[in-house]
Amino acid sequence: MTQAEALKEYLLRLADSDMILGQRLCELCGKAPALEEEMALMNVALDLVGQARNWYEYAAELIDDGRDADKLAFRRDAHNYRNLLLTEQPNEDYAVTMGRQFFFDVWHYFTLKSLTESSDERIAGIAAKALKEATYHLRRSSEWVKRLGDGTEESHKRMQDAVDILWRFTGELITPDDTDRALAEAGIGPDPDQLAKDWRGMVNEVLTQATLTPGAEDAWMYMGGKHGEHTEHLGFILAEMQFLQRAYPDATTW
Amino acid sequence: MPQHGESDHRSAVDILIASDRVPANARPDLLTEDDIWALLEEVKDPEVPAVSVVELGIVRAVHWDGKELSIDVTPTYSGCPATELIEELITEALRAAGFRDPKINQVLSPAWTTDWITAEGKEKLRAFGIAPPEGSSSKMSLLGEPDVIACPHCGSKDTERVSEFGSTACKALYRCKECLEPFDYFKCI
Repeated sequence: MTQAEALKEYLLRLADSDMILGQRLCELCGKAPALEEEMALMNVALDLVGQARNWYEYAAELIDDGRDADKLAFRRDAHNYRNLLLTEQPNEDYAVTMGRQFFFDVWHYFTLKSLTESSDERIAGIAAKALKEATYHLRRSSEWVKRLGDGTEESHKRMQDAVDILWRFTGELITPDDTDRALAEAGIGPDPDQLAKDWRGMVNEVLTQATLTPGAEDAWMYMGGKHGEHTEHLGFILAEMQFLQRAYPDATTW
Repeated sequence: MPQHGESDHRSAVDILIASDRVPANARPDLLTEDDIWALLEEVKDPEVPAVSVVELGIVRAVHWDGKELSIDVTPTYSGCPATELIEELITEALRAAGFRDPKINQVLSPAWTTDWITAEGKEKLRAFGIAPPEGSSSKMSLLGEPDVIACPHCGSKDTERVSEFGSTACKALYRCKECLEPFDYFKCI
């Protein structure tokens, strides 16, 4: 794989993870447990979809086959999606929603922080913008993990269950493949070892404060999202998300 | 979406119609860059109509060579839904002043920060009932306690955060424990 190919691939991964998690969060519109939570979730989703657009626009320019950001988001099938498996997992109860957000936010925060120093200026610019937003997301999700983990007997149990359910999808966040390594070597993407170290460090710190037990580092992990091998959930997300664009292709007025 | 003042809210169709009206007798060639900055001072943020897009630090640069006009604009948040409307409002204001084909460039880098909100802008936010951002964006703590935010109504520092996110992406929701009024806080980023 050439560096140019790796870069396109990597941009789609960033965009797709933002897009799918944003879409997942939007499912809670109108049914979040409290009004303040609803506003927060929708604002986080909005940030993520906005960031996805920035990544898609850059990817579309590099791919240069006539597809724009909208076509990349709304006209690709599941096997062409490159999002992390964690982001497509269902909302379930609020502990799972916030646990998923926390694991993602830690990864997102350190990834973006590293990307602000990317040798690719466009990437550095988008990341600098997104990092400010991701910082707020992480602050909020880590507070929820602590509040639920170190809360009542019931909330602790639910939060621990969420950590146990989601843990199998976290390995993918910090396990590099050829694309990740190639871009790290080129100074474009984050150093995978550092990213893994930072992710583990903060996750352990927050889970400890939350009186929760992380999963084993050598636990068996689901991988494949970065290569288009998804859990069964992604197809359902895309079916809903892409319906309008598929039903009325190339419509110019909504 | 009824949020703050309603008077400034126009539909996209109104703006499109209005933006077609370029006065026939306008002489934009006589205007200077300073005049254009003054024009932009009149363009209010659609979500926070108390402040202009210049006071918010959204307009980053004006390039005017007597023939071609382009404006550098930066979004406050990646997904800010007001970004496109703001660009349309700026275009409309410029066309009303006689500029036939103003260009808007969206720039992401350097990323917008609340440090760019002018002192006047911050005062106007407070008068509008929104607590302006406290401190400097570079000192924002990641996992620590939030800053002390003064109530924009009574000035009390005895306030509590209700939600990290408020009515728009750029605001958080607070409550004053002194005068008991809820208020928006313009987050420091």
